[in-house]
Amino acid sequence: MADWLTTEGWQAVALSLRVSFWATLISLPFGILVAYALARWNFWGKQVLNGLVHLPLILPPVVTGYLLLVTFGTQGPVGRILNDGFGIVLAFRWTGAALAAAVMAFPLMVRAIRLSLEAVDPKLEQAAGTLGASRIWAFTTVTLPLILPGIIVGSILAFAKAMGEFGATITFVANIPGQTQTLPSAIYAFLQVPGGDGAAFRLVAISIAVAMLALILAEWASRAVARRIGAS
Amino acid sequence: MTLHVDLAHRLPGFTLDLAFSAPPGITALFGQSGAGKTTVVNAIAGLLQPDRGRIALDQTLLLDTAQRVAVPVHKRRIGYVFQEGRLFPHLTVRQNIRYGRWFAGHDRIADTGRVVELMGIGGLLDRRPATLSGGEKQRVALARAILSQPRMLLMDEPLSALDEARKSEVLPYLERLRDEMRLPILYVSHSAAEVARLATTVVLIDQGRLVMAGPAAEILSDPIASPAFGPRETGAILTARIAAHEDDGLTRLDASAGALWLPQVDAAIGNTVRIRILAQDVMLALASPASISALNVLPCVVREVIDDAGPSALVQLTAGGDTILARVTRRSARSLALSPGKAVFAIIKAVSVARDAPGQHGTRQDR
Repeated sequence: MADWLTTEGWQAVALSLRVSFWATLISLPFGILVAYALARWNFWGKQVLNGLVHLPLILPPVVTGYLLLVTFGTQGPVGRILNDGFGIVLAFRWTGAALAAAVMAFPLMVRAIRLSLEAVDPKLEQAAGTLGASRIWAFTTVTLPLILPGIIVGSILAFAKAMGEFGATITFVANIPGQTQTLPSAIYAFLQVPGGDGAAFRLVAISIAVAMLALILAEWASRAVARRIGAS
Repeated sequence: MTLHVDLAHRLPGFTLDLAFSAPPGITALFGQSGAGKTTVVNAIAGLLQPDRGRIALDQTLLLDTAQRVAVPVHKRRIGYVFQEGRLFPHLTVRQNIRYGRWFAGHDRIADTGRVVELMGIGGLLDRRPATLSGGEKQRVALARAILSQPRMLLMDEPLSALDEARKSEVLPYLERLRDEMRLPILYVSHSAAEVARLATTVVLIDQGRLVMAGPAAEILSDPIASPAFGPRETGAILTARIAAHEDDGLTRLDASAGALWLPQVDAAIGNTVRIRILAQDVMLALASPASISALNVLPCVVREVIDDAGPSALVQLTAGGDTILARVTRRSARSLALSPGKAVFAIIKAVSVARDAPGQHGTRQDR
């Protein structure tokens, strides 16, 4: 079984899983906050925030990757602060790949959570307030459980998108086997060498399987949760 | 505990500016749609910050814009029963009614069992809100608000989303709540029948202004208030004691002006009940009518005659210690020469009966 894929192939699969897991987990709180702000609050610059969140969906991924490199590279404004102050280097590391994946997947996550938020009556939080719940408690005990299906769908979509991210990742962190070579990067690399078709095809099969599994899981989980909380 | 409210707030095309007090018992905030009722209760609950105002429960200040005091919603401890219930759909009835207890603190845990029994929701505890009828939802919402240990309750037309059958299912629970919990209740309504049945105090508002406020019996029998209630719903309320259940199925009630006979009233002898007599159900005669099928005839004295809408006039009558209203045509008022001080007989064609609010009679407030 182990020799069905090369070591490089397995490394790429493992790295992609790790990158996608962390990209999803770290962006989830931000995703909920941004979705809540967009769905419930009126503030100056709301359209700008909305545009910024959706930009990675529309821009060529290579542009997003380049902007990340300019900003978070060791010579970039943010990258230098992270490096000097905290010793964190993102460029050409797997953490950079996670950042690129998170940015690219963020719009999908926000959209899914926002949709489910818009289906929840904001007056329920008012009711919780009159019963003694502070705003943060009202959100945690009323709105959060009701948008759980949206959070699950958003997370799974974001994970699947992160698994497939290629353009921004390869621009920001390159394609170093064992370090930044994710599943799509590995497929690309195999296709560049003569006789690599077989290995590439096996990785393609894994990609398809992961994507399908994610979609089915998202559908099933959101239905199960919706049934449990009696929202449907 | 008494609620004191003084508010001014400007909304597009509408200015609210009024002051009133709500003593223990049910204070009905009555007015047509758009009179500003919901704005008032939302400001009291803390869901809306008014331009200017002062709200206090006895000595406890909840809002004072002059002193820049505004207690946040969750610290006001004011229960709110919304028009649409607003139960939490992901929680069972049991979890819904316990929700406020998380925040009420351990020292003030109310008797859940008593409230569950009071609201008659014992059989619903494990169900989800989606499976409840409209009337059941409102009873659960009432229980949830009471169990959050509020210092007072706000109810924003809690029955308006219900059909007549569901309304009459919930009304007795509201009466029990009024009589068994010593909380001030501010009850928003635009139904004169609900006000006549439940209110101890009435606050009448129109286009954001106070029209009049005072004890329910006094406001409902004031001809000046009649346009607010509408010609068909204008009617006085008075209290009467159950005197006897007679053999032919009638119950005799003693009012201050005399006896009334009504078909089987479901109350024990000696109890007092509240009765409502619509102005349009009262006929007037100068002599005690003989040879007439009507049983209920009370001797009265005319206090005031006021021209009403169209061809009719409203006659305010003193009947013993109570006041009743009669609507007659202006032509009849002229031909009977009705004027203050004249003795007449009121022939009462229909009466509705409700449970009395013992010991709770509001106080007259400045106009």
